[in-house]
Amino acid sequence: MVKIVSKKPNSLKEKIFHYCPGCGHSIVHRLVAEVFDELDIRGIAIGVPPAGCAVLAYNYFDIDMVEAPHGRATAMAAAIKRVLPDRMVFSYQGDGDLAAIGIAESLHAANRGDNITVIFINNAVYGMTGGQMAPTTLLNQRTTTSPAGRHKTLDGYPLKVSEIFSQLQGTTYIERCAVSSPATVNKTKKAIKKAFQCQKDGLGFSLVEILSACPTNWKMNSIDSVQWIDDVLCKEYPPGVFKDETAARKLAEASS
Amino acid sequence: MNKTLMSGNHVIGEASIRAGCHFYAGYPITPQNELTEYMSEHMRSNEGRVFIQAESEISAINMIAGAAAAGARVMTSSSSPGMSLKQEGISSMAACELPGVIVNIMRGGPGLGNIRPAQGDYFQATRGGGHGDYRTIVLAPATCQELADLTMDAFDFADKYRTPVMILADGMMGQMMEPVIFKKPTPRQYPEKFMLRGAGTGKSKFIRALLLDPIDAEEHNWKLARKYEVITKNETLCEEYNVEDADMVIVAYGTSARIAKGAIKRLRDNGMKVGLFRPITLWPFPEQKLRALSAKIKNFFVFELSTGQMLDDVRLALQGYAHIDFHGRPGGAVPTPAELTNVIARVYNKND
Repeated sequence: MVKIVSKKPNSLKEKIFHYCPGCGHSIVHRLVAEVFDELDIRGIAIGVPPAGCAVLAYNYFDIDMVEAPHGRATAMAAAIKRVLPDRMVFSYQGDGDLAAIGIAESLHAANRGDNITVIFINNAVYGMTGGQMAPTTLLNQRTTTSPAGRHKTLDGYPLKVSEIFSQLQGTTYIERCAVSSPATVNKTKKAIKKAFQCQKDGLGFSLVEILSACPTNWKMNSIDSVQWIDDVLCKEYPPGVFKDETAARKLAEASS
Repeated sequence: MNKTLMSGNHVIGEASIRAGCHFYAGYPITPQNELTEYMSEHMRSNEGRVFIQAESEISAINMIAGAAAAGARVMTSSSSPGMSLKQEGISSMAACELPGVIVNIMRGGPGLGNIRPAQGDYFQATRGGGHGDYRTIVLAPATCQELADLTMDAFDFADKYRTPVMILADGMMGQMMEPVIFKKPTPRQYPEKFMLRGAGTGKSKFIRALLLDPIDAEEHNWKLARKYEVITKNETLCEEYNVEDADMVIVAYGTSARIAKGAIKRLRDNGMKVGLFRPITLWPFPEQKLRALSAKIKNFFVFELSTGQMLDDVRLALQGYAHIDFHGRPGGAVPTPAELTNVIARVYNKND
């Protein structure tokens, strides 16, 4: 009797990830795909990847996907969901895509309470373009456009997406996680599953922010990178549930 | 059939709803607000249709791109400064071959300009407007009846060629009222294979225009170019008015063509044989038909509410075979037919 202990999720294609060694995208892709399998929503899922390293996500996810111009994924996802309310619609965005060029689209989709899920990868840097300063870059963090380190009076401060979005009345579920160890990876999967369950139950906007390693642009090896997430990144961006109105909204729905 | 007296902006809204527009997103900007308002009232009262007031024109165009990918008939509208913002999404829709209707009720520019009628967005509309090698079909109505007919046709063009289609009108067209009859729309023919509906138990699909391999990207560009050739061959529209005996022909579109018609009546009353060539499709430009006129007519007069943009297309069409004069009123200034009559009469007598 053969017992399967691990297998490729059905929601992933038979493709080798192009991501750099140690990059968090591969882990998060897999987690999202596992959640799709477990919730049995692969056939009704529609995804919108970002401009950025995950722009090629449709090469890996075995679900329907449509590309968006840089930053506009939530605008497209919200529209798709309005047209097809019974499908599971999500955007997958990096910090430049969501928190810089697409902050307006993301914030307003959240504020409208569009019933979509946002998977938000925060690696404190622009990855695909070669390691420039992102809105999430830490103070004094060196990047190719902040070679002397991010300067608070010249470059501003790290943008706290989960904190900001949890203040919006339209949002239902906001959690920040990390993919830096088996324990945090498991926690991240639970958060992703809860976010999609929130959408499935029709409860409104959900966002999971995931602190994710970019060894190439951090100029670190993979082990140091995950250590840096735990020791440094998590100090500026503390993981946790910032908002969970799923139970309250469910109750309100049941009683209305 | 009953005629209804409606303003141009409302006509576009009503025609789009009758044509089965399922999703509209827009952002307030004068002089097209009545269209967005009309859609807010009439889309939400129709079961299953979607109206979203977007946070920007950028968001609105990307919303209709998403809704189009999901298989809906879609429309957005704006006016000149807002159209500049929409160019990113228009380029993306052209590249991803997503159908949609985009309405530009032009106003004075450049920059914030003013809210008076103008035609300064001709280049932006007919040359693609955004980045990359693409074109959009551009329809230029001159009456409220044409607004009704061409709005419906725009949806069919968009589906037929899987490309964004623009209705290029101006503040005058948007605000004026005329009686219209709404024709019966043709049933939509858009194959499900182009829609993203979730993979079900089948193979998943993706819609994209990111082609990192330059050979793939080149082939995609040529594929689009071949499509634009077909459109250019099959879909030009124009009106010829009093050209049979004319020794001078005015070339004008939209509001300028209306003013030109008023001028032609006055010129002919004074014995000057002037006609009108009115392009209805600005892209593709009806250049063959215009060139054909130059076989017997040697004087053309281009009149635009701009410093001279369609003028380039007229030059390209006539290829030096005829003499061209130009009169432009940019920045929201709109001459009366009597004023235009005086300008044309001077040129007519000089050329005579």
